[in-house]
Amino acid sequence: MELVEQPPSVLERFAAGELDAFETLFQQFQREVYGWTVRIVRDPAVAEDLTVETFWRIYRAHARFDPTRSFGAWARRIATNVAFDYLKTARPQAAELTESLAASAAGRSPGDPAIQREVRERTQMAFQQLPAKLRGVASLALIEELPHSEIADALNISPAAVKSRLFRAVQLLRRRLGKFRQSL
Amino acid sequence: MNEQEQKELVELLKQTVAPVDRELHHDLWPKMRRRLDEPWDSRSWRAVFSATKLSSVPWFDWALLAALLLGICAFPSSIPIWLYNF
Repeated sequence: MELVEQPPSVLERFAAGELDAFETLFQQFQREVYGWTVRIVRDPAVAEDLTVETFWRIYRAHARFDPTRSFGAWARRIATNVAFDYLKTARPQAAELTESLAASAAGRSPGDPAIQREVRERTQMAFQQLPAKLRGVASLALIEELPHSEIADALNISPAAVKSRLFRAVQLLRRRLGKFRQSL
Repeated sequence: MNEQEQKELVELLKQTVAPVDRELHHDLWPKMRRRLDEPWDSRSWRAVFSATKLSSVPWFDWALLAALLLGICAFPSSIPIWLYNF
C-alpha cells in the first residue's frame, strides 16, 4: 500500500507554533470561550478581555498542547482558570453587609417594593462577596444550571468537589442573608 | 437548611443575578492581534506590577518584605545568608 503523506492538521500546526493555525483556532473557538467566560464573570466587557487573555495563555502554551486531544476542552480549562483568577482579584462593588438593612426592614410588609428591592440588592451583594471558587461554581451550577460533571471537567476537580463547593456557597449565602430574611 | 429553604434561596439568586448575553457580537481577533504584537518584556512587567495584582497581595506579605529590608539595612553582613537561602 502506498503511503500518502498527509498535510499537518491545524492542531499540529498550532502545536508547532504557527500563527495562521492559531488564528484559525481563535476564529473557531472565540465564541465558545467567550460564552463560557461570561457565564462565570457575568460581565460582557470583562469576558471579552478575559477571552483575549485566555487565548494569549493558549498561544504561549502551544508547545504543551497535545494535538491528539480536544482543543475545546483544553481551552475551556484555561478559560476557567483565567475567569477564576479574575474573580479572585476583582473586588465587590458594594460595601460590607451591615445589619442596617435588616433593621430598616423590621415592621414592614414583605410585599413592600422597597423591601423587595432591598432583598435583591442584598442577595446580589452576598453573591458578589462569595469567595471566587464558590462564586464561580455557584454561577455555573445554580444560575446557569449546568451539570456538575461539566463544571467538574472544566475545573479539573471531581463532581463531589463541585457539590461540596456548592454546598458551602449556599451555606454562606444563607448565613449572610439569614438575619435579613428572618426579619421579613 | 431544609430543601425548601434551599430552593427559595436558589430562586432568589436567579431573580437577582441578571442573565447575561452569551453571544459574542464582534470578532475579537483585532484585539488579540494587538495583544500578540505587544513586546513580551513590557507585558510581563506590567502583569507583575499592575495595580490589581499589587492590591491583591496580603498586608502581612508587605510587612514581611518591610521587615526583611529593615533587617538587611540594619545588618548588611546578613546579605550573603539571605542570598544563600534564596
